[in-house]
Amino acid sequence: MTLTQAEKAAVVTIWAKVATQADAIGAESLERLFSSYPQTKTYFPHFDLSQGSVQLRGHGSKVMNAIGEAVKNIDDIRSALAKLSELHAYILRVDPVNFKLLSHCILCSVAARYPSDFTPEVHAAWDKFLSSVSSVLTEKYR
Amino acid sequence: AEEKQLITSIWSKVNVEECGAEALARLLIVYPWTQRFFSSFGNLSSPTAIVGNPKVRAHGKKVLTSFGEAIKNLDNIKTTYAKLSELHCDKLHVDPENFRLLGDILIIVLASHFARDFTPACQFAWQKLVGVVAHALARKYH
Repeated sequence: MTLTQAEKAAVVTIWAKVATQADAIGAESLERLFSSYPQTKTYFPHFDLSQGSVQLRGHGSKVMNAIGEAVKNIDDIRSALAKLSELHAYILRVDPVNFKLLSHCILCSVAARYPSDFTPEVHAAWDKFLSSVSSVLTEKYR
Repeated sequence: AEEKQLITSIWSKVNVEECGAEALARLLIVYPWTQRFFSSFGNLSSPTAIVGNPKVRAHGKKVLTSFGEAIKNLDNIKTTYAKLSELHCDKLHVDPENFRLLGDILIIVLASHFARDFTPACQFAWQKLVGVVAHALARKYH
């Protein structure tokens, strides 16, 4: 699955706005993930997952930074996220199904904050982009 | 009980025609393979065509109106959807995976319309609802 030029442009344009609230969006996405899909909390037994917790915000930032890297290197996401890919494959081993769930929550958070920008075309481009990122992160699993 | 509250309080503010049309259009745009069920709908060649397509709008309204029935019968969704389930299996031949896809798209549309009011707790209640509806629609498959 490759992104068209138009899709890449849509991702980059929205990212410029999202980046200004990246930390908040990251934290909100995780909050949505843990609320809607409680089973995802099993990967964070060592975290304080209460709303607004330092760890939640810190981890949300981490996730959004990585997405930012992918946006910056949208023509070669695989190289940009190579280390993260290995981390997820060999150390974290988060079941692949969860990437879809987090992607969905990220889309919800972005849609809630930028409703007029989140047109159907932008929605499609971002869904595809996050799907790409998820693929890269899980491609070394086996 | 609180979850029912979260569901009905959002539902009371939903414009069924607009939301339904938007959700179905986004499904067809974000996941183009879903267009396979709508070859009789005419022009689906671009996001603009899809969004403006009167058959898409009408059908979106139909689907979401049906959701309204589920919300009126939250304790009896399986019975409410028994006939529709048979229809989707025997006549329409729709893979139940598509019910999940549409459910998630609906959630994103609600997030974009209700922004801050569509809290993580709200999303959780709605994810449960779309899950139950999808399950009920798939129940009579054979």
